[in-house]
Amino acid sequence: MDQSVSEAKGQPIITVTGLQKRFRALVVLDQIDFSMRADEAVGIVGPNGAGKTTFLSVLVGAHPPTSGTINFLGEDVTDVPASERCRRGIVRTHQIPRPFGGMTVFENVFVAAANGGNFAREEGYERALDSLRLCGMFHLANRRAETLGLLDRKRLELARALATNPKLLLLDEIGGGLTDGEANELVATIRELRRRNIAIVWIEHIVHILLEVADRLICMDQGRIIADGDPAMVMKTPAVVEAYLGGSAE
Amino acid sequence: MSQDPAIRVERWTPLSRISILGAAIVLAILATGPLFFDNNAIDKLTTLFIYVILAVTWNALAGYGGLVSVGQQAFFGLGAYAAVRLADAGVNVYASLILAAVIIAAVSLPISSFMLRLKGGEFAIGMWVVAELCHLLVNLDSLVQGETGTSLIALNAYEADTRHALNYWVALGSMTVILVILFVLLRSRIGSAIQAIRDNEEAAAALGVRVMGTKRIIFVFAAFGAALAGALWLATAITFQPKTYFGVQWTAYMIFMVLVGGLGTFEGAILGALIFFLIEAWFGASGVWYLVGLGATALIFSLFVPRGIWGWLERRYGLNLLPLGYRILGIRPAARTAIPNDGAAPSAGTS
Repeated sequence: MDQSVSEAKGQPIITVTGLQKRFRALVVLDQIDFSMRADEAVGIVGPNGAGKTTFLSVLVGAHPPTSGTINFLGEDVTDVPASERCRRGIVRTHQIPRPFGGMTVFENVFVAAANGGNFAREEGYERALDSLRLCGMFHLANRRAETLGLLDRKRLELARALATNPKLLLLDEIGGGLTDGEANELVATIRELRRRNIAIVWIEHIVHILLEVADRLICMDQGRIIADGDPAMVMKTPAVVEAYLGGSAE
Repeated sequence: MSQDPAIRVERWTPLSRISILGAAIVLAILATGPLFFDNNAIDKLTTLFIYVILAVTWNALAGYGGLVSVGQQAFFGLGAYAAVRLADAGVNVYASLILAAVIIAAVSLPISSFMLRLKGGEFAIGMWVVAELCHLLVNLDSLVQGETGTSLIALNAYEADTRHALNYWVALGSMTVILVILFVLLRSRIGSAIQAIRDNEEAAAALGVRVMGTKRIIFVFAAFGAALAGALWLATAITFQPKTYFGVQWTAYMIFMVLVGGLGTFEGAILGALIFFLIEAWFGASGVWYLVGLGATALIFSLFVPRGIWGWLERRYGLNLLPLGYRILGIRPAARTAIPNDGAAPSAGTS
């Protein structure tokens, strides 16, 4: 049921050029250049306030960039509104979950399938149920989302994002507060997504979980990318070690 | 991952089928009303039908769309005004009632373009400002003669009994059409999209929901309902005085009906209209104390029964006569334990 992987693997799925985001005098993103291929899973680390979440917000169109361009699948999407970008295949999860509280878990996910995924009714049902199963939420399908605990709200963020049938999935700290068992489950889920040919960008503070999945790591600090490449190498880069004030991957 | 045939998405329950049948029977009986009731009873029921239209359309806007407006009297007044104008231009008086609502729905479209940019309280109060503006503009029309007002003289063409019966049937038909459209609309993907926007607009947009277009559909529908109600009210009252139609009390009534009946529940708004109708019938003559009672009741409900009567029933007894949502059948309980063992968990590696 997976789509054919006819697109050349070497082609970039997204390319960002000279991206800058300012809130008045505050420069949150400073001349970011970034590109990734469809078969990559890119981890992003960096201290608080480095601009990681803002970077995702600009990629999905929640905030317009001050300058710079975003090219997705060969098209300039810099001025494309958020809802249309999602329909083209870019979706994110929120660090602080944003469930549709008055709706059931299934309805939350079905909205994503019907709109972002543009699936017709029966297909949308299948898609939504499949996403719920994959995220281990199927048994909660009829619960109102406002009654969920934080962990299930985070799972719901992921399930909704998957239901939109994304090509590029942007994850914002969905691993925080997990036990080891839960973290292993999450890693297994994300690996399954890679098997489904979804490109992944994952912001995470818990570096050892991130390294289980990411084959490329980026470190951001003060709105810039200060290191980019093989995860083990990036974690040893002096600038990265310094940004973490002497902290290390272990 | 094999599909369990027991798992399916339920949208109709046996109870909801009975409810639809029951509603159809009630409407069919009501349709014979003018053959049995006297003019007084007919007029009262006509009023009830108009209240139902007001309640369900405000509920669609505020309860499902999260768009709390205190300016729906703008469309109520414009609907009545457009009907006066159309009838004056020679259009059949009953056709002009319906046509007026259609025209005002079209007028609400450009209004939505700038009003829907406002959020929360700004939208609520902004709509009131729109209503006041509409009031002033209508007063400028020489046909209306300012607050002196005018009448729907064309109704004189009908004999009194015929007029009461026609008003009744047009109001009943309008209410039925509004209820059916709203039910279908809220059960469609637009219905789930508008609720997602209500609960979190940014998240909805991030998941592909077209926020502006979806809001606009609900806004125009609610404007159509209020305009239709205003035109129907004109047919029963005959006289058109701008200040009685553009008064904020109309929105206050809508808020009362929906808060008491159940904000964001389909059945609740209808129940609220019925309750409001009964309270008015029993206490309407008590002057100021009637208004004090209405205000106090709305306050008590919003503080202690925030979901209204129907919302409370729905939670307490799982009562859902006209379900709009989706229910998944065939979920086996306790599917998730410390060690997943039924293959449903994603971490199960074997196949």
